[in-house]
Amino acid sequence: MSPAQPTQPHRYVSAAVLSGIGARTESSLAYLGGLAALVGKSLASLLTSPLKRGRTFQRAVHQAMIVGVRAIPIITLITFFVGVIIALQGAYGLRRLGAMQLVAGLVAISITRELGPLVAAIVVIGRSGSSFAAEIGAMRVSEELDALKTMALDPVAFLVTPKLLAMVVMMPCLAIWSDLMGVTGGALFGVTGAGFTFGSYFMATREALVLRDVTTGIVKSLVFGIVITAVGCYEGFSTGAGAEEVGRSTTSAVVISILLVVLIDLTFTYLFYSAGHSV
Amino acid sequence: MSPVSAASATPVIATRGLRVSYGDREVLHGLDFEVMQRETVVILGGSGSGKSTLLRTLVGLEKPSSGEVLVKGTDLARATSRELDSIRKKIGLSFQGGALIGSMTVGENIALPLLEHSNLAPSTIEVMVRIKLEQVGLSGFEHFTPSQLSGGMKKRAAIARALAMDPEILFFDEPSAGLDPIMAAGIDDLILNLKKAYAMSIIVVTHELASAFLIADRILLIDRGNILAMGPAKEIQESTQPRVRQFLDRIADSTADDEVDHLRMFTEGI
Repeated sequence: MSPAQPTQPHRYVSAAVLSGIGARTESSLAYLGGLAALVGKSLASLLTSPLKRGRTFQRAVHQAMIVGVRAIPIITLITFFVGVIIALQGAYGLRRLGAMQLVAGLVAISITRELGPLVAAIVVIGRSGSSFAAEIGAMRVSEELDALKTMALDPVAFLVTPKLLAMVVMMPCLAIWSDLMGVTGGALFGVTGAGFTFGSYFMATREALVLRDVTTGIVKSLVFGIVITAVGCYEGFSTGAGAEEVGRSTTSAVVISILLVVLIDLTFTYLFYSAGHSV
Repeated sequence: MSPVSAASATPVIATRGLRVSYGDREVLHGLDFEVMQRETVVILGGSGSGKSTLLRTLVGLEKPSSGEVLVKGTDLARATSRELDSIRKKIGLSFQGGALIGSMTVGENIALPLLEHSNLAPSTIEVMVRIKLEQVGLSGFEHFTPSQLSGGMKKRAAIARALAMDPEILFFDEPSAGLDPIMAAGIDDLILNLKKAYAMSIIVVTHELASAFLIADRILLIDRGNILAMGPAKEIQESTQPRVRQFLDRIADSTADDEVDHLRMFTEGI
């Protein structure tokens, strides 16, 4: 409190803070390394055991049904409303400029470049990222992972590889679907509130978009799919003993996935932005 | 070092100076024992004695911190993952809680190792699944999911799965834990039948005295990570060693020891 205090204690504090930051950075990097190792291992299992590939694909199709097809209704609903919201919010500003006809382009670009893939990813995190962690976590608690090992089955090849394949295929599909639904949501406002017909709205959308808007979203969603699977499964495998640990790892899977998805989104958006300028 | 007799009896499992640690805490303090072909050995011990850890080490789920675990001549501590897998195809383990894969039916669980490790036709696998289920007294339960089974039935299904690959060594983790006495006796009978029907070595980890003396050829009594006694069931039963007697006669430890054991139980985590 007193101004005459020596500066020594202050230096100790900053050293502790620095070492804290260092430790957190180190453990974060170790975590990312763990995720990368898990993805690498599950992909390697595809290459090293060609005999089992058929059954892995079978399981992947089953997973694709769960993570992809069954997510369609909820993604449809959410992205449709997000489309309406973006149109309403955009119209609020555009109306004052007398540029209501631009609402279609605004919705199209914000949905395809950003919100479609992001909302799809967040829904998939809630549905599938969490269930990966819970499923594998519960299997760990009930010794099912050990049972797989004693049957000479690799839990990563058995559990992660099919999920990863399913997600890599289904995430981009869901992103495209959610783009479509978002634009449809925008069209609802366009037709009822901005003097478009459905035909003219979709024409305006078509004109506002370039292929790149859609492909950047799809590229992002592919990476989201890998990250969500990796985090969900990694958290599942690192579950400790007991039921509450399953809850803990499920929570971590959701929180960490959302964080990583947003960070990756930021990185990609920045890269695409920079690339867009240089071209 | 290893007293391998020249006769027909070759050990399928041999440990030498086996030590296992979790972090800094050593759980097994240097165990030496062997299990012969066609022999049934019961590993007996209280909670926290290290018997579960020993079982996990024998199937390669835990790595020894030092010493050797030879299973059919391969040292699990130094085996490559491929060697470990080829050993694991020759063993079966029936887990305490069954550990059946919850997302699959009982039939699919039993078929899983056959499907993954053999080139048998699906119809053959189906027949084999039915045979294994019949052997454990669960005929007709192929299409049930594990969650629809009672505790005792889960254990039987787990035994059927452990038998699927016709193992040379069959392990049981606490086969009668959590079952009522009638169910437990049923499992004991099943183990005795398997012992007669198959030419395999059976290793049972348990703390149930009655079932241990019923099924064992030899008993390995583990206490606080050491082998307290080892020998034919009858010999152990008649032992006069105080600590052995204490275990067999179910005399409680002094409270201080109890608390340590209790702590161990928690810290062991299994």
